[in-house]
Amino acid sequence: MSDEQDVITDIETPIYLKYNFTAGLAPSRFLTQLKNGKLTGQRRAEPDAPVYVPPRGSCPASGMPTDEEVEVSDKATVQSFTIVHIPIPNNPIQPPFVVANLVADGANISFIHLMSECVNEEVRIGQRVQAVWKPEEEWDYAMDNIRYFKPIDEPDVAVDMIGKLPVTGLEE
Amino acid sequence: MSELAAVVGIGQTHYKTKRGDVSIAGLVREAAQNALDDAGLTFDDIDAVVIGKAPDMFEGVIMPEIYLTDALGANGKPMLRVHTAGSVGGSTAIVAASHVQSGTFKRVLTVTFEKQSESNAMWALSTPQPFSVHLNAGAGGYFAPIIREYIRRSGAPADVGIKVAVKDRLHGARNPLAHLQLPDITAKEVEESMMLWDPLRFLEACPSSDGACAMVIASEDLAEKGPKPPAWIRGAAMRSEPTMFAGRDEVSPQAGRDCAADVYAQAGITDPRKELDCAEIYVPFSWYEPMWLENLGFAPEGEGWKLTMEGATSLDEGGDIPWNCSGGVLSSNPIGASGMIRFAEAARQVRGDAGDHQVPGAKLAMGHAYGGGAQFFSMWVVGAEKP
Repeated sequence: MSDEQDVITDIETPIYLKYNFTAGLAPSRFLTQLKNGKLTGQRRAEPDAPVYVPPRGSCPASGMPTDEEVEVSDKATVQSFTIVHIPIPNNPIQPPFVVANLVADGANISFIHLMSECVNEEVRIGQRVQAVWKPEEEWDYAMDNIRYFKPIDEPDVAVDMIGKLPVTGLEE
Repeated sequence: MSELAAVVGIGQTHYKTKRGDVSIAGLVREAAQNALDDAGLTFDDIDAVVIGKAPDMFEGVIMPEIYLTDALGANGKPMLRVHTAGSVGGSTAIVAASHVQSGTFKRVLTVTFEKQSESNAMWALSTPQPFSVHLNAGAGGYFAPIIREYIRRSGAPADVGIKVAVKDRLHGARNPLAHLQLPDITAKEVEESMMLWDPLRFLEACPSSDGACAMVIASEDLAEKGPKPPAWIRGAAMRSEPTMFAGRDEVSPQAGRDCAADVYAQAGITDPRKELDCAEIYVPFSWYEPMWLENLGFAPEGEGWKLTMEGATSLDEGGDIPWNCSGGVLSSNPIGASGMIRFAEAARQVRGDAGDHQVPGAKLAMGHAYGGGAQFFSMWVVGAEKP
């Protein structure tokens, strides 16, 4: 043969994995309440037990079941954050964008969410934010019901109080 | 009382973006053969094999240890797989050592690997779950806010991360096995590299590497029969804690502090900076050097960055406690192997066999690995002298 071809040494065969997510009892409850537009957590049925959002069914520190549901606020405090400069595959959001570790008022642990309607350079630890929800008709069993969090006009929270605010937030 | 054990053979592959010339089996075989050659042994001399790698989803090969038995000469021999995310290289070495220290086996071959070119770690770490938003920021996105909190607490100047990024690449340029070879890197170059996850820039993050690392660990009676001096295991410890619990100190995890206290107690160390000659510490993102300097007790809380800025951790600046003379994770990151490379490089130092990145006269060195959301820790101290 005159038209010689390069030897094929390797080929790429990407693998795709589709799976069903079985939420379990605590996340099911959390997601059901999210569909109602409520942010909830769970704690051990003891006074002052920490409130976990999202709940996973047990307290990670003690291993005890978290069988008490607690509604938390959709206002939150920035525990920390990063400004991401690389795009997310298959996501229309344009970098740079802020991904923050947020603690909802009434919760004792942070979750990760997007911040928007903010000046990235002015985002700071202790800053107060509130959820911006999708229109009610779009609510599903998903944390994506909250589009993002935006800054609100409240004083910053002292660092040693982050993660310790009651559900009423900074109000008396 | 456990019996003494020592590292008698070390084998690594060249670390690079893509090892297209070998399969996963070929990669681990190469490291294993290099370790056996280094020990003057053959596969027939090995009693058992202990293997580790990062989660199976990375390459999409489930339980690869089964497929790798042939390549590692483990047919008919006991084989064990260890799983502790990114710290697995360290944990695997400790599990292998424990099988010799218990008196069960005389010589154990231990191997770890990652073939990142055949995987997508960012994808594997970011499986969507409906109770969380899917922002897919990978490990850098996870650790950046923790680093930001460290900077706030310590008041460290903004260029500490840049200094680490330069220092470890200059170290890596002394190590022919290191993936990144950047002998001319400058602070300006790091500063001007693309910001990825503020405050982490591109050159402040580890590369994505293919590679494997292996060691032969032998019992006391066989440790001194090899062609090179042994590295005696003076202490080994593992600790873990949940990734998320209320009140967790993510900047300086309790598990890391407890693990360090345990390994120092075993090795009789009270002042790690003074008593150790060097250390290989898992620093995949630049700022983790000052953070671990504090977590591991090399510096008081809030002052780790001062050691970095003074050059205390730099071989090139003649620092008193050089960290990551091999170039560290910032120069090579075959994830599952990265922890074992730290353990093996600590052993190379006390064997006096670390080539151009040798710390002159090193007698006592520490290897460290962490993984997951900084909730798995494994550490060992190795020495030139028999305890």
